[in-house]
Amino acid sequence: MATSSVKLLGARQSPFVNRVVMALLMKSINYELVEMNPYLKPELLIKTNPVHKKIPVLLHGDRPICESLIIVQYIDEAWTNGPSILPTDPYDCAIARFWAAFFDDKIREAEGEDAKELVLEKIFEAFVLLEEAFINCSKGKAFFGGDSVGYLDIVVGSFVVYIRVAEMMNGIKILDETKTPRLVGWAERLYSDSSLKDVLMDPQLLLEQLKRFQAMMSEAASD
Amino acid sequence: MEKSNKGVKLVGFWVSPFVQRVKWGMKLKGIEYDYIEEDIFNKSPLLSQLNPLTGKVPVLVHDGNPLPESAIILEYLDERWPHAPLLPLDPYERAQARFWARFVEEKILESTRLAALRSEGEIQEREVKLAIEHLEKMEEKLGGKSRFFFGDDTIGYVDLMMGFVAYILPVWEEITAVRILDAARFPNLAAWKNNFLNHPVIKDDLPSKDEMLTYFQWRRKVNLKKI
Repeated sequence: MATSSVKLLGARQSPFVNRVVMALLMKSINYELVEMNPYLKPELLIKTNPVHKKIPVLLHGDRPICESLIIVQYIDEAWTNGPSILPTDPYDCAIARFWAAFFDDKIREAEGEDAKELVLEKIFEAFVLLEEAFINCSKGKAFFGGDSVGYLDIVVGSFVVYIRVAEMMNGIKILDETKTPRLVGWAERLYSDSSLKDVLMDPQLLLEQLKRFQAMMSEAASD
Repeated sequence: MEKSNKGVKLVGFWVSPFVQRVKWGMKLKGIEYDYIEEDIFNKSPLLSQLNPLTGKVPVLVHDGNPLPESAIILEYLDERWPHAPLLPLDPYERAQARFWARFVEEKILESTRLAALRSEGEIQEREVKLAIEHLEKMEEKLGGKSRFFFGDDTIGYVDLMMGFVAYILPVWEEITAVRILDAARFPNLAAWKNNFLNHPVIKDDLPSKDEMLTYFQWRRKVNLKKI
């Protein structure tokens, strides 16, 4: 198992792909990122994820694993050396799974909204509830996973850069010192002193990439 | 009389397929528990206290710790009571089981429930078509070789998640006069359904068909008035 190749099909701009990148980093797993634009429906993606045709897909040897939460759990279970990603206590583990599923449901709901205000509202609601989750899961420590990063830090942490970009682009606060103070502290720690800080994207960089992408799209539209 | 392990409680609603999955899981593992029936149309303070976020059943309470969401409860049962495992032991097989469980929940349950309880006319036709497409994937998965999902001779996680197809979908089909799971079109699923319903743990623990018919007919009427 340890000698099989590991490939990650995806794009670094995707927060879902970044969850997998973070998990691979936590376990010190060597892998190859195969850049994939899902909108172009590349053949390899259709072949490895015929049901959903989405990134990320992890290829371990020639076996595909799909869906970011499932991939992260797979990584935790297939590579037993290195830190545990999910909590070892069964109840804490179940609660972590619960919040991960909850967060992804909220993202899906937000994606389903057309009006920008409603999208931002859904995301803000999610973070207010996650503030509660943080209190329960961290038990007074630095991260959702306790003293060091864990499952929920990866699941939610991968989205922080997008939250920052949304805040910058809309002149609003989603991670707010008055409404979600602990999450504000957590986000800062994630970016400054966690084992993941080198893979977390820089919000300014992402903003520039998105602006360039938008410019490209409007140029293409006006041709 | 000796009471064993009554530190486990399950809060549920008699007709909920989500609750039913957990009951099956508990029975397969021989876990004893106290069952608390909750009227979901008239929720008690207990339920709001145990599941403040969504107020839904099932909620498992183990040694005072509450846990909602059937799929998550089943995984928890597997970790706390590892004998008679519901999920495969191999990490890759587990990933597959989790993938298909989510597919069942997000695609099959969604489309069949919408078709049966929340739509009519064109929308219903569309949902029926989708449900059939999604079921074709499960038909393929079974491959006609094994009694249950995942090449197994024993019931597992995906079977439990699919369980509603065996005993609730026929009721839904009856109240709406639509045919989704046609045995001729889905021979593997028809065989699976038979194996499932005849399993000793499953067959003695199902809600009455008449009561289900009455309940779901009522739900459909209520839901359609809202459309």
